[in-house]
Amino acid sequence: MMGFYFSRLVEIYPFFLKGLWMTSKIAFISLVTCTLLGFILGIFRSSNNIILKRIVGVYVAFVRGTPFVVQIFIVFFILPEWGIQLDAFPAALLAMAIMGSAFICEIVAGGIDSISRGQWEAAASSGLTLIQQLRLVIVPQAMKVILPPLVGQYVLLIKDTSVVSVIGVMELTRVGWVTVVRIPEGLMVFSLVGALYFSISYPLILLSNYLERKMAVQ
Amino acid sequence: MLVDFNFRIIFEYLPLFLNGLKSTFLISIISIALALVTGIIACACRISDIKTLRYPAIAYIEIIRSTPLLVQIYFLYFGLPTLGLRVPEIQTGIIALMLNSGAYIAEIIRAGITSVDQGQLEAGTASGLNYFQRMRFIILPQALGVTIPPLLGQNIVLVKDSALLSLISVMELTRCGQTMTSERFMPAEAFFTVAFFYMCIYFCLKALADWSQRKLIFREAY
Repeated sequence: MMGFYFSRLVEIYPFFLKGLWMTSKIAFISLVTCTLLGFILGIFRSSNNIILKRIVGVYVAFVRGTPFVVQIFIVFFILPEWGIQLDAFPAALLAMAIMGSAFICEIVAGGIDSISRGQWEAAASSGLTLIQQLRLVIVPQAMKVILPPLVGQYVLLIKDTSVVSVIGVMELTRVGWVTVVRIPEGLMVFSLVGALYFSISYPLILLSNYLERKMAVQ
Repeated sequence: MLVDFNFRIIFEYLPLFLNGLKSTFLISIISIALALVTGIIACACRISDIKTLRYPAIAYIEIIRSTPLLVQIYFLYFGLPTLGLRVPEIQTGIIALMLNSGAYIAEIIRAGITSVDQGQLEAGTASGLNYFQRMRFIILPQALGVTIPPLLGQNIVLVKDSALLSLISVMELTRCGQTMTSERFMPAEAFFTVAFFYMCIYFCLKALADWSQRKLIFREAY
């Protein structure tokens, strides 16, 4: 019986690769948007403007304090009530952007806060504008603190893309879920799904470990 | 937007939500306790010199850390019955959370133990302490200061992760929100209430984690 199911599984293997492609697409788009938004919010969060700081702080607390599933449900079910119709795919990307940017924002803010005041003052007294201070002096130094946890966060984000399957996006986990209904071999199907996730996230975990060692030595 | 937010319906469903809160609470506490035990055992295997213990522990930790929790939950939920084991959903969920958090906790504890300077161990050996005495008097007192704050952070993650159990129809907080949505079709009221309860748990645990960070981290570790 097991062999029969195995040959069925080989037959529908292309379906899994499609799921993997969808997962990679969601992961890639949301990593880029989360990084951009996260850096902007992180700079706001470590700025001197109290109002800006508080607003970003509330946003971060809300996102970090609630599970990602609940956030997805809020985006997917509540936006239509307010007249914003979103398909599953854009809704998934929006939810990922909201969640990921808050976590990256905290990492970036932590990195920027680790730079001493003197660097800011030196940059300011060299006549650099605020944008130039950040771009040429502060962020390059903060990168050393930011990079290892950032790559670690990327791994978490890639794994969190599995949760968007709840709103019906046909990505890897959803493919497994649909398959297991037809081929009742849960161990086999989800081992395959797990192995495909492993192939994406394990290299990134190794990269994160490497960066952590390298940055710690300097 | 929120002008027709219906508080009456929330009060009507409040007993359901409180029940959900209670089971989220229970699931989390049981899973945390089991995960701590799993984590300590996995960490002990991970740092031991015996290869037959070390390699399985490495495989366990790395596999868990590089696959999503949802896939692990489905793996157990759909997989255990094919092995002939009929386990109730709630126990499947607790096992999944235990295995998942156990791997992360093992890494946290390992980071704490390796943060203790090698010279201290040598000093302990030179003073004639045996393995257990070195653990008891030198490593653990220093490692605990570095370990407890991230452990409490892991608890926050676990409570949030327990929301995924709603997808295998365990009746916890998020599931209550889904139930209310399907019965009354009021997703805004349902999920903002759910979010509110999670925020309450989050702030309590966060305050505890911050407090322990202030209290512990600089006392003995450095």
